[in-house]
Amino acid sequence: MVTPSLHTGSRALLKKIGNFTLSGYAILFFLFLYVPIIILIVFSFNDSKSVFVWQGFTLKWYARVFQDARLLLALRNTLIISVASTVISTIFGTMISVAMERWDFRLKLPFDALLFLPIVIPDISMGVMLLAFFGLIGMAQGLGTVVIAHVAFNISFVAVIVRARMASLDPRLEEAAQDLGANEWQTFWRVIFPLLLPGIMGGALTAFTLSMDDYVITFFTSGNESLLSLYIYSLVKTGVKPNINALSSLMILVSMGLVLLSLILQRKGGGDNVGLM
Amino acid sequence: MADVFAVELIGISKLFGKFVAVDNINLRIKDGEFYSLLGPSGCGKTTTLRMIAGFEVPTRGDLRIFGKSMGDTPPFKRPVNTVFQSYALFPHMTIGENVAFGLQMQKVPKKEITQRVGEALERVRLADYANHKPKQLSGGQQQRVALARALVNRPEVLLLDEPLGALDLKLRKAMQLELKQMQQDVGITFVYVTHDQEEALTMSDRIAVMRAGHVYQEGTPVEIYEKPRTRYVADFIGETNFLEGTVKSIDGNRVTVEIDGAVAVAATAEADVPVTVGQAVTVAIRPEKISLLPGDTEKGYPGRLVELVYIGTDTRYRVQLTDNASVIVREQNIVPTGERKFHTGDAVQIHWSPASATILAE
Amino acid sequence: MQKATTKRQRIALWTLISPTLFWLTVFFAIPLLVILFYSFLKRGTYGGLVYEFTLNNYVRFFDSLYIKIFLRSFRIAAITTLLSLLVGYPVAYWMATRPARWRNTLLLLMMLPFWTNFLVRTYAWIVLFSRKGIINAALVHAGLIDKPLSLLFNERAVIVGLVYGWVVQMILPCYASILGFDFSLVEAAKDLYANDLKAFTKIILPLTMPGIVAGSILVFIPSLGAYVTPDLLGGGKTAMIGNLISQQFGSANDWPFGSAISMVLMVLMMIGTVVYFRIAVSGDKTSTGKGG
Repeated sequence: MVTPSLHTGSRALLKKIGNFTLSGYAILFFLFLYVPIIILIVFSFNDSKSVFVWQGFTLKWYARVFQDARLLLALRNTLIISVASTVISTIFGTMISVAMERWDFRLKLPFDALLFLPIVIPDISMGVMLLAFFGLIGMAQGLGTVVIAHVAFNISFVAVIVRARMASLDPRLEEAAQDLGANEWQTFWRVIFPLLLPGIMGGALTAFTLSMDDYVITFFTSGNESLLSLYIYSLVKTGVKPNINALSSLMILVSMGLVLLSLILQRKGGGDNVGLM
Repeated sequence: MADVFAVELIGISKLFGKFVAVDNINLRIKDGEFYSLLGPSGCGKTTTLRMIAGFEVPTRGDLRIFGKSMGDTPPFKRPVNTVFQSYALFPHMTIGENVAFGLQMQKVPKKEITQRVGEALERVRLADYANHKPKQLSGGQQQRVALARALVNRPEVLLLDEPLGALDLKLRKAMQLELKQMQQDVGITFVYVTHDQEEALTMSDRIAVMRAGHVYQEGTPVEIYEKPRTRYVADFIGETNFLEGTVKSIDGNRVTVEIDGAVAVAATAEADVPVTVGQAVTVAIRPEKISLLPGDTEKGYPGRLVELVYIGTDTRYRVQLTDNASVIVREQNIVPTGERKFHTGDAVQIHWSPASATILAE
Repeated sequence: MQKATTKRQRIALWTLISPTLFWLTVFFAIPLLVILFYSFLKRGTYGGLVYEFTLNNYVRFFDSLYIKIFLRSFRIAAITTLLSLLVGYPVAYWMATRPARWRNTLLLLMMLPFWTNFLVRTYAWIVLFSRKGIINAALVHAGLIDKPLSLLFNERAVIVGLVYGWVVQMILPCYASILGFDFSLVEAAKDLYANDLKAFTKIILPLTMPGIVAGSILVFIPSLGAYVTPDLLGGGKTAMIGNLISQQFGSANDWPFGSAISMVLMVLMMIGTVVYFRIAVSGDKTSTGKGG
C-alpha cells in the first residue's frame, strides 16, 4: 500500500514543480513587458545628463518639457487632429457598423473588404498612397490632410470594435422597440445606442490612441506641420536624453490613464471590455 | 360587421431567396379568439407571426388587421404588440421603464403612464420589481414583464412567439392557465405560436397545424385531436395507430376496412372524405380509445399481446392484429399492480367505437 | 440578418453607409489605384513621372540589392513570429489556466504596455541598448567589460523591438483558443495511456492550432511591413521593405519603383489576411465553444 501513495506523491510534486516553473516564466515575461518602461520612468527623475548614474531626484526634465515651445505647439496640433479624427471616425464607424450588422445587401462583400483593408495594409503603403494622391489632386498638405488620412484608417478600427458589440446585440430588442411604437430614429437612440455605448467608447479610445501614436502616415501627409509623433521621432533619432524620458513617461501615464478610465466607464455601463481586446 | 376579422391572411406567401417559408396560406382569426399556430420548427409559424407584427413583409398576398390592409406598414404603426420568445426585455432599462416604453412612444401623458404601468405590473404580480433590472429577475418573472409590456399598450391583437418555451415544465403549466385566464379577462385576440401540441390543445379556441409553409388543418382542439384529417396531423398531435387497409363496405359514414385481408375493422369517414369500396385507405385511432379484453370475449378483434410496458399512470400494450399490423393500446392502471389481467403472449380481443377511428383524407 | 426590403429600410441603409463609403472610396481606394497606376510608369531623369507604360519597376525587384532587402525582411519577420510564439504561448497557457477572477486583471496588465505609444516603447529599448545605455553602463560598472558592446543598430535589436511590440498579438488569440480548450480531453488522453508530453503534442497543440496560426499572422504582417523599428533600432544596415519604400518616395525620388514595391507588399499582406480568415473560420468550427 506504500508504493502507490509514494508514486502519486511524486507525481503531485512533479506537477507542482511544473506549475511553479510556468508561473516563474510568466512573471519573467511580465518583467520583460514592464522593465523597459519602468526604467524609462525612473530615469526621467534622474538629476544627471548621463543616463545610468543616479544623481538624485529632480523634476527639472518635466519642467523643461513644459517650457519647450515647439513641443507645446506640436501637442496642440496633435490634439486637434486626434480629437477631430476621433469624432468623425467614431460617428461614421458607428453608423456603418449598425448597417453592416443588420442588413444584407448586394455589394456587402466588396464593401466588407474595403472596410477591412486599411487595417491590413502596412502604414508605410498607406502613407505613400495618400502622399501620391494629395500630390496628384494638388491638395496642400497640412492639418486637414492629416485628419483625412487618420479618419481613413480609424473608421476601420472603430467599425471592427463597434461591429463586434453590435453583433452581440439581440436583434429582437430592436424589433421589440418597433413593436412598442418606436420608429427607427427612436429605436436607435433609446435602445441601440445605449447598448452600443461601451463599444463606441472603446472604438473612440482606440481611434484617439492610434491617432496620437501614428508616425508613419502622419509623416507622409503632414507637410511642414509640427506634430507630436514627428517631434518625438526627431528627438529619439538624436539619441537618449533625459527630457525625452520625461516626455515619454508623461505619454505612458496619459495612455494608461485613458485605458483605465475607459475600463471604469465600461464597468459602470455594465458592459464587457470588448472594446479593448 | 360580421365579416371583419381581427387578423386576416389572404393568399400570403413569404420567400427568403428561393426558400419558401410560407406558401399561400389563408387564415381568418376572429375577434377575441385565442388562436394558435402549431407546428415543428421551420414550419413557417414564426414567419407568419412576424408578418402580422410587421417585421417581415409578405412576398405575396394581403394581410389585414381589423379589415385594414397592412401592406408594408412598419411595426410601430400597427395596432399589435408582441411577446417575444426570449422576451427581448431592454437590458439597460428597469422593469418599470420597459413597461412604460410603448406608452412613452405614443406620447401618453406622464401621469397616465405611471398609473397604467402600475396597473400592468400589478396584474402580473410584479409591482415590487419596478426598479429592478431584467437581469435580476427569474425567467418566469421576465416572461410576465414581457407580457405586461405588451398588454399595457392595449393592443387590438397580441402576438406571442413561444412565450413559455424557456420555462421549466411546472412553471409552464401554471403560466398556460394564467395566460388563458388573462386573455379571457382582457378580451384581446391572442395569436399564439408554439411547437408544443399539448400547450396548443390546453389554451386555444382554434388551432392551425402548420408544416413546411402550409396549413394542414384548422379547427378547435377537439376537432384537431379527435378528427385529424391527415396522417401528419394525427401523428404530430399525440400518439396514433395507423392501420392500412381496403374499404370493404360503406354504410352512411360507417366504413368497414379490411386489414391485411384478415381482420375487418369499423371506422368513420367524414362527409368531405369520399370513399369507395375497394379503395386503399388509412385508419387512424388513438391508443386510449381502444380497450383490451380477454381473449374469450366475443366483442372485438382478436390479436396476440406481444409487448407490455408499465409507465406509471398507464400501461402500454402492443397487440399483433395480423402478420403485418399491430396496434398500441393504452389503459390507465386502475387495477392495483400485481393483479395484472394480461401477460405477454396472451390471446386478447381489442375493441373500439367506430366513431373513434377516422379515415384519413390523404 | 435580413435584406433591406422596404423603401424605409433601404433609405436607412444607404444613409448609414454612404459617409464611410465616400471617405474610403475617395481617400483609400482611389489613392490605392493611383499607386497601382504609378507603379507602371517610368521615372524621369531627375525624378518625377514619365507617363509611359513599363513593367520594369516590378522586374527591378530581382536585382540582388532589393531581393536581399526583401529576403532580410522575410527573415526578420519570420524569426520575430517564431520567437513571439515561443515566448507567448507558455504565457497564454499560464494565463488561461489561472482562476477566472485573475484572468481579466492579467489581460489588462498585458494590454497596458501595448496601449502606450509605439515610439516610446521603441525608445525604451534605445535607453537600454545604446552605447551609453543602461545595460552597457551596468556591465562596465560591474567590471565585466571594458568597452561598451554594440547592442543597437543590428538585426538582433530590430527583432527584440518587434517581438516586444507585437508579442501581445500572438498571446491574445492563443489565450482565447486555450481558454476554449476542453481540458477533460487531456484526462481522456491520459486515461488512454498518453504521458504529459504526448497529451500536449497530440491533443492540446493541434486543438489550439487555430489560435497559433491566427497569432502568427497577426505578428508576421506588421513585422514584415515594419518601418519605425528598423529605422530606430536597426540603423541603415538592416533596412526592411518599409524603409526601402520610404526611401523611394524620399531621397531616391523614384515614385514608380516605390509604388511597385508598395503594391507587392500590400498583395502579400492581403494573401496573409485571406489565409488568416480561412483559418479563423475553420477555427470557429473546431473550437469547443467555451469561453473565447
